[in-house]
Amino acid sequence: MAGNHDRGLALYRTMRRIRVFEEVALEAYRNGEFPGFLHSSIGQEAIPSGVCANLRADDRLTSTHRGHGHGLAKGAAVDPMMAELYGRASGACGGKGGSMHIADFSVGMLGANGIVSGGLPIAVGAAQGLKLIGSDAVVACFFGDGATNRGPFLEALNWAALYGLRVLFVCEDNTFSAFTYTAGTTAGAGPLARARSCGIDGVSIDGNDVAVVDEAARTLVDQVRATGQPAFLHARTYRWFGHTATDMAAYRRPGELEAAKARDPLIVQAQRLASEGVDPATIAAIDADVDAEMARARDRARAAPFPAVEAALADVQDAGAPTWL
Amino acid sequence: MALMSFAEASARAMAEEMRRDPTVWVLGEDVRHGGVFGQYKGLMAEFGGTRVVDTPIAEATIMGAGLGAALVGTRPVIEMRIADFVLPAMDELVNQIAKARYMFGGQARAALVVRMPHGLLKGSAAQHSQTIENWFVNVPGLVVLTPATATDLAAAIAFAIRADDPVLIFDPKSHWKTVEDVPDAVAPLVPGKAVLRRAGMAATVVTWSQALPAVLAGVEASGIAADVIDLVSLWPWDRAAVAASVRKTGRLMVVQEGGIDGGFGNDVIAATLEDIGPAALKAVRRLGAPRIPVPFSPPLEAAITLTPERVRDALRQLCA
Ligand SMILES: Cc1ncc(C[n+]2csc(CCOP(=O)(O)OP(=O)(O)O)c2C)c(N)n1
Repeated sequence: MAGNHDRGLALYRTMRRIRVFEEVALEAYRNGEFPGFLHSSIGQEAIPSGVCANLRADDRLTSTHRGHGHGLAKGAAVDPMMAELYGRASGACGGKGGSMHIADFSVGMLGANGIVSGGLPIAVGAAQGLKLIGSDAVVACFFGDGATNRGPFLEALNWAALYGLRVLFVCEDNTFSAFTYTAGTTAGAGPLARARSCGIDGVSIDGNDVAVVDEAARTLVDQVRATGQPAFLHARTYRWFGHTATDMAAYRRPGELEAAKARDPLIVQAQRLASEGVDPATIAAIDADVDAEMARARDRARAAPFPAVEAALADVQDAGAPTWL
Repeated sequence: MALMSFAEASARAMAEEMRRDPTVWVLGEDVRHGGVFGQYKGLMAEFGGTRVVDTPIAEATIMGAGLGAALVGTRPVIEMRIADFVLPAMDELVNQIAKARYMFGGQARAALVVRMPHGLLKGSAAQHSQTIENWFVNVPGLVVLTPATATDLAAAIAFAIRADDPVLIFDPKSHWKTVEDVPDAVAPLVPGKAVLRRAGMAATVVTWSQALPAVLAGVEASGIAADVIDLVSLWPWDRAAVAASVRKTGRLMVVQEGGIDGGFGNDVIAATLEDIGPAALKAVRRLGAPRIPVPFSPPLEAAITLTPERVRDALRQLCA
């Protein structure tokens, strides 16, 4: 086995953790173990894994409704994330956010978001605040292809370019906007062209190959940090599951899913590692390790207590804090 | 003590806070030029363009960027130009800012200020005159301040910037040039603490923001001895002060510039009824705007403008 495969293996492990976290969550959801919305990013794992591998601990990120991968890749602890899905007191947000609002400020994960394109203005503001206090931290701003049709997308691009802010915009183009093909609702030449119209350059890449994402993100993150100017990463991928856990995606065109699965980012990376001489047993060991980690997280979440009812009134505001009526 | 306009009191309070804390900054359209009403005059010269940030006309991102900047530890003052323009930024204010602390289980504090000059300003018409502070009382997480005097505006600014909550200040837009004596040192406002502007045994008149001058003049003209309670803040609000006054007077009138229907005055009356019981209340009255957009034509606008005469007549009816 030639060369050092640590990075390739680490990227594989991150993807595997996202995959299994969501598989476990989907199964639990279907078993009725917790309510709400669960948006799976299975099939898209290479993007957060490759991007976050190039972020520092003090770099920040803003996320979306499909944000489990962003949190895990940025280093959020698994047990609190899983417990948050279950609405438990030990959850990342004490159970008060759920899947759509998972955040872990201790690792710079500034929150998933229930509002499409909601993270974009927050990301540019975070970068502006960081600049004001003299930090060179970068903000990675994740959003879907559908988000590029909302006004805040244009506002935030203009803003980041105008003020010279360290933002890496990451468009996870998974083909769909909920139940609709984004291409059918979007005019023009695509997200990167829109970014370029604001003077923000970047690249459009195969978002299913983590090595490609890693390479592109390294270049762009380094460039953003060094120049203090934003950049744009358009990563093309495909959403394997429905929009939410209850959506069977009957609108999907035949053959698409099979084609996407043939380009499974985990298999792409596993095959690369094998071709580079990595022992398949090494990969299998990662798989087993991750399976155990996620099963443990689920078991702990299941066993964890719900928040006390008093928590409903906590953390609203200092002045004029709520009371039971 | 110095004679000072509302705009000058604002600029002074802002400068004091920005000197005290280098993480305080202001963003909004045209703030470098002192803001549309001069309420930020002099800040650009003293603090420069990195802390006095002129923004694009992008209200959603003005608001949302303020939140992002707060989440990394700075204290932004977000200027909305006028309250009507918060509407394109409602998602960022209501869905993001107000809920950030709660949704994230206390990990985040949206320590920021949103300033929204509001209300009638001669001939500004339907999209530049709205008084919609009551909408925000319905949004958990937000503090809603409605100062009526230059001193209270300065106090509101000092409180809001130091607070860890998201605090909304509705600046009384028709009073920017009004001059009043302002103390040399203004203590931060205590939210939820009303101010008794005038005392009397016959009735209780509750008001806030730019309705106050018309209320004071109208009560004077009525010849009726009434408590005039300036709420100063609508969330939290001084329910106890109102209840104590009405217990004494038995008559309650709420005067607001905005619409009566769905207005905050209704909460004042309902809460007071709960607090003192219906038997203690001899008469109740609401004075405010009918449920119409603000019209442009001067006589039409005048018909919905609070005047001392309207207050006087309504108070006399209340006490008849
Ligand atoms: C402002 C807003 N409009 C609509 C929705 C409902 N919704 C949630 S996700 C989604 C699709 C978003 O598509 P995209 O941005 O491409 O992200 P993806 O779901 O593909 O990850 C929609 C319409 C929402 N949450 N927020």
